[in-house]
Order: sequence, then structure tokens, then C-alpha cells
Amino acid sequence: MDLLRFATAGSVDDGKSTLIGRLLHDSKQIFEDQLAAVAASSRKRGHEGVDLALLTDGLRAEREQGITIDVAYRYFATPNRKFIIADTPGHAQYTRNMVTGASTADLAVVLVDATHGLREQSRRHAYVASLLGIRHVVLAVNKMDLVDWSEAVFDDVVAAFLEFSSSLELQVTPIPMSALRGDNVVDPSDEMPWYKGPALLAYLETVRLDDVAPSAKPGRFPIQWVVKPQPGSSESRDYAGSIASGVFAPGDDVVILPSGLRTRIASIATFDGPLDSAAAPRAIRMSFVDELDIGRGDLVAPAGARPEVTNSFDATVCWMDGAPLRAGARYLLKHTTRTTPVIVRELVHRTDVDTLASEPADTLDINEIGLVRLQSATDLALDPYREHRTTGSFILIDEATNATVGAGLVR
Amino acid sequence: MTFTERASEQLSQLDVLESHAIFVLREVAAEFERPVLLFSGGKDSAVILRLAEKAFRPGNIPFPVMHVDTGHNFAEVIEFRDKRAAELGVELVVASVQESIDAGRAPDLGPDASRNRLQTVTLLDAITAHGYDACIGGARRDEEKARAKERVLSFRDAFGQWDPRRQRPELWQLYNGRVRPGENVRAFPISDWTELDVWHYVQREGIELPPIYFAHEREVVERDGMLLATSRWVRPGDGETAYTETVRFRTVGDATCTGAVRSPAATLDEIIAEVAAARVTERGATRADDRFSESAMEDRKREGYF
Repeated sequence: MDLLRFATAGSVDDGKSTLIGRLLHDSKQIFEDQLAAVAASSRKRGHEGVDLALLTDGLRAEREQGITIDVAYRYFATPNRKFIIADTPGHAQYTRNMVTGASTADLAVVLVDATHGLREQSRRHAYVASLLGIRHVVLAVNKMDLVDWSEAVFDDVVAAFLEFSSSLELQVTPIPMSALRGDNVVDPSDEMPWYKGPALLAYLETVRLDDVAPSAKPGRFPIQWVVKPQPGSSESRDYAGSIASGVFAPGDDVVILPSGLRTRIASIATFDGPLDSAAAPRAIRMSFVDELDIGRGDLVAPAGARPEVTNSFDATVCWMDGAPLRAGARYLLKHTTRTTPVIVRELVHRTDVDTLASEPADTLDINEIGLVRLQSATDLALDPYREHRTTGSFILIDEATNATVGAGLVR
Repeated sequence: MTFTERASEQLSQLDVLESHAIFVLREVAAEFERPVLLFSGGKDSAVILRLAEKAFRPGNIPFPVMHVDTGHNFAEVIEFRDKRAAELGVELVVASVQESIDAGRAPDLGPDASRNRLQTVTLLDAITAHGYDACIGGARRDEEKARAKERVLSFRDAFGQWDPRRQRPELWQLYNGRVRPGENVRAFPISDWTELDVWHYVQREGIELPPIYFAHEREVVERDGMLLATSRWVRPGDGETAYTETVRFRTVGDATCTGAVRSPAATLDEIIAEVAAARVTERGATRADDRFSESAMEDRKREGYF
């Protein structure tokens, strides 16, 4: 059984919580005590029937205000696949939340309310998904019951979305549905004979992610932890970590970055024994034929396919903190297992997430996205984010508050 | 290039979950001064102990394990706890709720009352006394809806409190482990696992569990719709009758509020079949403490609960 991670995005009242509740409920993932609790809450609020949205609105503040304030993670499985949903609210902080949810997702489900048509937020969601490296987007056109199951309404929404997203390299799968009534979520709908495609769950169960799998890319292995042999033991010094991409095997000629030391892999092992080869995302231990002064924060790469080593680079940054990013400011940058001070040399431009136009700017405020030029105190081994999610991403941390203030994608 | 042409192994979803959990454990060990592993004796902490072996062997496991002991224990669980700690050669720290009560730090609710909530006081006192800056726990996001919004590294202020509105965004696998003195994080390596994943992993790895997880005959009383094992602290009250039933436990906690389920499942295969077909969550079936209100877990987490 394999694993599919997807993020859901929608504007307030598009029915996203209802959709997820419906997906979980109709795929029999909701337990009786959960349903009983939701039924009781629905009655207390004077709702008719069971409000499936309450299944996912977890915190009291959310129930009181009828909103979702934070990314929530949901789990369900069918006999074919296990799914992890990053449920990202469309309300305040939508960019920050969606960037967070999309950072670990393989696919995004973007909800649109058929009664409203395409809204600006749908464009932002498509842009953020594309920016974060998601190639597969389901355009879930919801509330079809309120537009008399109209094919024309559906076609209009789809056309508007495709027009906008054509520049974003997305593979878009539009599905008309009613989350409230359960049409085309888990069970196919009888109301829209004009729609020949699959229901949402059938699509999620069978979609093949034809992006290049992390294991098919050149190897990247950030060293996380040095395993010291027991005193008196003849065992080698091992370097532990999780393979970020590619496949490694004993005998491979590798380079340790940023130092540039060349060596060969002597062994790869896990707790369960030695391995002939190991692929992303496996957690392993690696040893080398040479004794080297290396440790946490160093990156192992094939000698013939190494990332760029630099202390000066451009990155797209999504800002997540109330205090804006400014040129000249200093932060801590965490890239793979290495943390280093960094200075913002220049804020090159800000991206208008609605029009995708670049505009000059002095600051990046919370939920804004821009291109910045950074200089780090130590060299970093960087790949473009579009090619390597792990070695192309970083976070920025405020040194005074320790808050995570920015998400960075190497250009 | 040879490395791109190599046929890569297809990892199962359980392998992916395992590798991620090992990654989190290594991050915590590397980024914190004084981490500690919270060990309840339950299946989730047994799984974390195995993951810790996988993360750090052949080296030492670089943190002690701590049990927050309510004093209301299943004997089998304490025996299991001591045995596993000895096997692994890790230091076992026992933080006692009874001592918190004796010291006047926690209210004495009487000998029979659940001490589950009082664990928060004991836990926070132990964190302060030992200077722990990261507490590794076995909580999973599928357990309860307040947990669904929990981070893998969950920041707690100097009062041990969780503020759901001020959580750090958590991107990719870049965990921000920076805390100031007195602050700490709770680290949850198996956040993305479900109850069924845990059981599949227990089976695959041959992980030993306390015997109370498997069907056995036990004297119980029915209270608030739950089956509680009779013990020194749980005696039949007015209108209650103790009787013997074939039961097992789906969770392990304070003996006064952890209910048993009627079950004939005596083997891992039978338990997995039962969990896969279950229609009630493990906490709903067995934990009186989560039933107080819609937000019982949220409230306890805000106070500093696990």
C-alpha cells in the first residue's frame, strides 16, 4: 500500500470542511462516537441533520466562530492507499497556511463554490500549489446542487480556472460535486449524467504521480547525527540521516559538501542490517572508506552530480510573521540539517499573488511572497526548489523570538 | 548516470512512516540539550522505544525515559516498563503524582478519583526540576480532534502551556527546535500514524506489549458506559455489580479512567482485524477523561498535558 499526501484549499464557505467530513464519512472513516458527538453539536447549534463540517473543526475557538484557524491533518485509508490530508483554512493567514500544508503535499484539491464562480482566492491557491511544486490539482466545483447541476456553470468555472492556471504548469482535473449531498465525493452522482469522469475518491485512489519520484533524482543525503561506536568496539563511525533524494549504494564515489572532500561509501545500514542500496526517503546510517572530519549539517552527494555550493543566492520567500521582512535584516536560516545566520541583501521584488505581477517593494508583510537575495554566514549546498524539494527549501527563524518567520524556495 | 538509472526500492507506507519518525527522533537528539522520552508503558510508547533503537543503535539512546506515574497502575504495565528500560540500558525517571499531592502541589481528590488531569502538574514540575527542553511523546493526530492541529514539534511556553493560535508554522521537514531557557517542546514522532498503523508496526517488528492489550478474563464493573477493571481504586459502587468478562485494553492510562473493551482478540492478527473493523475511536471507547466536554483534550493540552 502506498501513501498519497494532499492539501485542500478553499475560501470561507466553499464547503471545504463539509467536503472533508463527507470524504471521511462516506469512506467509513468516521467512528460512531465521533458522529454522535457531531450530531449532538449540530443539534446544540440548531442545525438541521448532522453538520459534517463539525467533524473537522477541532478547536473550541473555531466552533465558536465557525472558522478554521490552523492547518489540520486528517488520515484515512482505503484498501488501495493511505491518505494524509493537510486541511488548510481559506480564512485569515491563507497564504501562510496553504504554503505550510502544500509543503508536504503531492497533490492539491482546490475548492470553488459553483454559486460564486471563480474567486481571487482560487487563483492564489493555484499559484501557491504551483510555487510549492505541486503538479496535480483537483478543481472541486462544489455546491452543484445549488446551480441545478448545470453543466454550463461548471464549464464556466473550469474555463476561468484553466485560463488563469495555464502559465502555472499544473495538471488540472475538474470534478463537479455536492459535498453536502455526497455527489461525486465518494459515490458517483446520478444528478450529472453529462459528467463522465471519476468521483473524487476514485480519482485520488488511482492518480499516478508521474513527477519524477525523489528516488529517481541524483542522490542527496544530509548528515543528521553522528553515531559514535561503543567504546572499545571496532565498528566504524557511522553518519545517520534520511536520504532526501536519489539512491545510494556502497562503492559510490561521493563528495561531502560544503567542504568538497571526496570519498567512497563503505557501507549503508539500518538497525535491521546492511543494505545493498537505499533510496529516498529511507532513514539510514552511512560510513565512508576514509576518516573525515564531517558531521551534522554536511551533505553527501554523488561526485558527478553535486548541488551548487554558495553563500549568496536568490530565493522566493513566503513571509509568515507579523513583523515584516526588510532588506538588511538578519535571521537564522535552517536548510536541511544546517542552521546558519543569514542577511537579506536585497528585496528584489514582491509578487502580487492575484495577478502574478512583480512589483517593487521595501518590505514583505505577513502572507506576502517575494524574491530576496540572501547571504549566509557559512556555505550552503543548494539545489533549485523545482528540482529538489528538500535541498531547495529552507525556513527563516527570528533570532530574538525563535519564531519561524519565513519559508524559502531556492531559485 | 548510474544513480538515476538504478531501480529504486518502493517503500511501503509503513516504511515511510518509520523513516520519518526516526528522522524526528534524530532531529530532537541533535537540536536539544536535554530531551526526555515520555514512556507510559502503552503501545505507542513501546513503538517509540523501538524507533529510538532504530535511530541511535549501535550508539546509546541519547535521552532518559520518564514515566509520569499516577500511582493507579496496572501491575503488568509497571513490570513491562521496568523490563524494557533495563533491556535498553536507558535511565528510567519516575515522576510521581502521589509526591505532587503529598507536597501540596496537586489536590488530593481522594484515593479513587482519576489522577489523569493531575499528571500535568507532575509533568511540568519534572520538566522544571530536570531542565528538560524537549519531551518526546507517542501522541498521534488521529486520536482526537484537538490533536489534529498539533505540530510534530509543539512549542510550549515557560508555563508549559500550548497556545493553538501561536503555533509555529511547520514546513517540509524543517523543524524549528529553538527554545529559550524554561521553554520546551513536545515532540511527536508518530504524529502521522493511525491506530492501525501502530498495530501493523507492532506486528511487523515483533514489538512486545504489556499483556493487558490482549484478551484475558478480568473482573470489571460497568460505569458511565465503560468497563473498568476492579482494583484497589475501583470498587463496585451502589447499584454496580462486579463480574468477570473477557476483555482487552485499547489504551493504557490511569487505571481509574481507562476502560476495557469486550474482546476475544488474543493475538495480533485478531487485534488488527478488530481495529480495522472498529466503529468507535480508541479514546471514545476507553477514556473517560476525554468525555467531559467537546474540548476536554484541548483544555488539558492548553494547561500543559502531554
